[in-house]
Amino acid sequence: MTLAHLPALVVVVPLLAAPLVVLVRRAAAAWAIATAACAFSFAAAILLSAEVAAHGPMSYHLGNWPPPWGIEYRVDALSAFVLVLVSGIGTASALYAWRSAAAELSRDQLYLYYVMHCLCVAGLLGMTVTGDAFNLFVFMEIASLSSYVLIALGRDRRALLAAYQYLILGTIGATFYVIGVGLLYLATGTLNIADLAERLPQTASTRAVLAALAFITVGVSLKLALFPLHFWLPNAYAYAPSAVTALLAATATKVSVYVLLRFYFGVFGLRLVTETLPMAEILLVLSLIAIVTASLVALWQENLKRLFAYSSVAQIGYITLGVSMASPDGLTAAVVHLFNHGITKGALFLLLGGVALRAGGATMGSVQGLGRRMPLTSLAIVIAGLSLIGVPGTAGFVSKWYLVLGAIEAGRWWLAGFVVATSLIAVAYVWRFVEAAYLSEPGPATPGRGEAPAAMLAPALALAAACVFFGLQTSWTVGSARRAAELLLGGVP
Amino acid sequence: MSGIELSPAWTLIFGAALVPFLHGKARAIWVLALPLAGMVQLWLLPAGEFGQLQFLGERLLLVRADRWSLLFSCVFLIAALISSIYSLHVRDAVQQAAGLSYAGAAIGAVLAGDLLTLFVFWELTALTSVFLIWARRTERAYRAGLRYIVVQLTSGMLLLFGALQQLAATGSLRFEHIGLEGPGGLFIFLGFGIKCAFPLLHNWLQDAYPEATESGTVFLSAFTTKLAVYALARGFAGTEELIWIGAAMTAFPIFYAVIENDLRRVLAYSLNNQLGFMVVGIGIGTELALNGTAAHAFSHILYKALLFMSMGAVLYRVGTVRGTDLGGLYKSMPWTTGFCIVGAASISAFPLFSGFVSKSMILSAAAGEGLLVTWLVLLFASAGVFHHSGIKIPYFAFFAHDSGKRCEEAPANMLAAMALTAALCIGIGVYPAPLYAILPYPVDYVPYTGSHVLAQLQLLVFSALAFSVLMRTGIYPPEMRLVNLDTDWLYRRFAPALAVGIEALGRTALSGAQRLLGGAPSNLLAVLRRVHDADGILARTWSTGDMALWVALMLAAYLLLYYL
Repeated sequence: MTLAHLPALVVVVPLLAAPLVVLVRRAAAAWAIATAACAFSFAAAILLSAEVAAHGPMSYHLGNWPPPWGIEYRVDALSAFVLVLVSGIGTASALYAWRSAAAELSRDQLYLYYVMHCLCVAGLLGMTVTGDAFNLFVFMEIASLSSYVLIALGRDRRALLAAYQYLILGTIGATFYVIGVGLLYLATGTLNIADLAERLPQTASTRAVLAALAFITVGVSLKLALFPLHFWLPNAYAYAPSAVTALLAATATKVSVYVLLRFYFGVFGLRLVTETLPMAEILLVLSLIAIVTASLVALWQENLKRLFAYSSVAQIGYITLGVSMASPDGLTAAVVHLFNHGITKGALFLLLGGVALRAGGATMGSVQGLGRRMPLTSLAIVIAGLSLIGVPGTAGFVSKWYLVLGAIEAGRWWLAGFVVATSLIAVAYVWRFVEAAYLSEPGPATPGRGEAPAAMLAPALALAAACVFFGLQTSWTVGSARRAAELLLGGVP
Repeated sequence: MSGIELSPAWTLIFGAALVPFLHGKARAIWVLALPLAGMVQLWLLPAGEFGQLQFLGERLLLVRADRWSLLFSCVFLIAALISSIYSLHVRDAVQQAAGLSYAGAAIGAVLAGDLLTLFVFWELTALTSVFLIWARRTERAYRAGLRYIVVQLTSGMLLLFGALQQLAATGSLRFEHIGLEGPGGLFIFLGFGIKCAFPLLHNWLQDAYPEATESGTVFLSAFTTKLAVYALARGFAGTEELIWIGAAMTAFPIFYAVIENDLRRVLAYSLNNQLGFMVVGIGIGTELALNGTAAHAFSHILYKALLFMSMGAVLYRVGTVRGTDLGGLYKSMPWTTGFCIVGAASISAFPLFSGFVSKSMILSAAAGEGLLVTWLVLLFASAGVFHHSGIKIPYFAFFAHDSGKRCEEAPANMLAAMALTAALCIGIGVYPAPLYAILPYPVDYVPYTGSHVLAQLQLLVFSALAFSVLMRTGIYPPEMRLVNLDTDWLYRRFAPALAVGIEALGRTALSGAQRLLGGAPSNLLAVLRRVHDADGILARTWSTGDMALWVALMLAAYLLLYYL
């Protein structure tokens, strides 16, 4: 098992863990296998990240077929960074599921849950690592199909409807994506992403390329829940099992952003996307609307999972805002926020899962006076909330900092002001939690004294601590993001 | 990370975090030990720059110890110690923890050598201090606290925004002279101005301070605004606009202070007026004026705290500080009365009291620069201060008509705190040399000359005469149970009225359209709310078909756009 095979193993191990879990069936063993597989991927991703930082991009030819004929797995600064996020959250969610899934699911469903967890993580990792546009579609479907099942496993009956709606919309998104890839294949005769980028400028049929861009943009926008294609998201997040919400919120949309970045900057190229067509402007407008409306909607939500689901839509707006700047600072902000928001939301949803377990639901009513009943959980929610706002010393601040710098560099003062000012809406909705948890007396729905089980609390607190750690120690996150931004901007002339 | 351990800020902030876990005697010793430990640290802190570190590729400077920052840190620590003594009787750990971490944040901000560190501590002062207001645990205090925190956070946002412009333009975050014309200068100026309670931006002060707990207000009066004075002196010394802003600040609160009934609010107005003197000093910008500003900030923190402490003691014992309900308390609280009079004499700048030796520097600087109008305004304001803080506060609380209220003397710890502060006020007034020695620039100023003393006494005597005559003849505005609306009228009355107006206008305008559209929404705010609230169209669960429709629409829009 050498380092050279890691780009494949990082995906293959969780993928093969899935059928293994089916064979084993017993819940405890299933959990152990799934967690071990995710942990392996996590370790592999960290190794890959270090390797890429030291020696540049790695290319792995599946079955020794050289690209562009064979499928290529490609790890560079950007994909290694996303791999670490996905596998890390996948591990945390798996650890958390030991108690959480056991409490929310019936016993005979448990092994199925771990199968789907492994498939979902493998799919997302595959999407990140593959260098082949069609292979990406295959992994997208693996990740999506397993996430439909995971959402449908939610205890609430509305989870079924949410999963169904996500299924319909997710399928439309994936279909649009594959249509776009088909059109590109038509125009260039290749499916390898690097090869596509080389051949596209010479292709004669621009109509087909433009249509491909439109299909891929809409398809991926749907998967990443860009306004106004985000309506599937709140219910899916709100009614899925807690461990699933955290997994999906922290990784699924982020990997879609990654795909968007790959295609915009790595395939179609900066000139086509930002100069010939007003894609950047459209993305900018949609991001701004997403930030404002989703934050405002979050302000009036009673269900905390829904509240933070809408906040996710707003935060994705910040990421796409950075993408739309198409500048070094803007892209650094987008990539680093992808990671920082991932850990922040992961922490929040894991913590809320603990509240939901103890109180039977995470609503504004059930967190009244929570500061006294579950002090650790409440404190950690506040810390993650501060990171969501972008308070200095937390991870969220780092992203906002580069976003504002990017806006200032582009001479868009109003945009810098907008980013700073809209943080105040986040202050308001996080404040609602603080007010309920610390300034209200415990109500009838508030759980009694006592924290969530340690197996749930530990991964949640670890992520909350990561929010602070990556707010202070930024060399790895910002360094990776900056290299990724340079790669994206320098990748295509 | 060398050098951070030198900063007293962290001692106070981290130490404050332990306060809730201690009880009884241990807590009392701890809250006294923290400021004392901070003082030792400050004593050991040599001038220089410490705690440089890289963050996000920028150089930060956590501790910059020079004459400016050491002076302000010193007085902040004294204020923290006094406030801690004063709040010893408080059983509520939140107040002591919030107060001490608030003091620590203010010291951290003063020592900050770059704008980002300043911003962090700037916001931290807001976040910690608001709990001093909420600790009152009334609905009214809660609302006031919310308004307060929103204003303070906005000020921080402006600072951050300006700092980023500085960074983009100069490539450095160092906090040096900025100037209005500098990049981002205007935003930073506004951010500082809000915290310094510039006219029209001042309202949060009179709104929030009187709502805090009796010891909370003592903490509050010391740090936030003086931090802003410090920041202005560093960033905007010699900005001429500040002379006019400061002059306006000294004058206008007097009118409100004279008619206000809540005596702690009177003090809040006079706090505003005293800040005006400092702002004028910064605006003049000469060495004498800046020395005056620094000295005045130093003595002001002490006597203002003393006045708030005396009123806090009254509030604690009597339960109210309304001028109409008080009077004759000197019989029950003789010591408090005495300390209040010392504070009143200091703020009125009686010779031999601290206000005299600091304020006269600013007045002399104004006269020395030939700013006649400014000098006259300051003179008028001095008379006014004597009037509303020097006479009105002690007179209505402790003398005037006997309210018949009898209570105990203030608790021992309150008296001790007041005695210590009063001693400092008189000490500085009688022997100003130690204070002059630590001012930012060399001092060759002599406060006790014949003309200074005579002019000040004349002013005071005539002001007192005016008050007596007006009281005797009954022209003096009687104290009334009213809420005086200041510029908070804008958001307390005007904004709701505007909303109602817009709503009415919208109704009229839309009534025609309504007939056409049927049930069209009738005003803008309601639309915003209706669209976004829990059942709003943006928050509702959509049918799958509608979602899919949007996907199709987006695709069509993109395709159409490309073909155009």
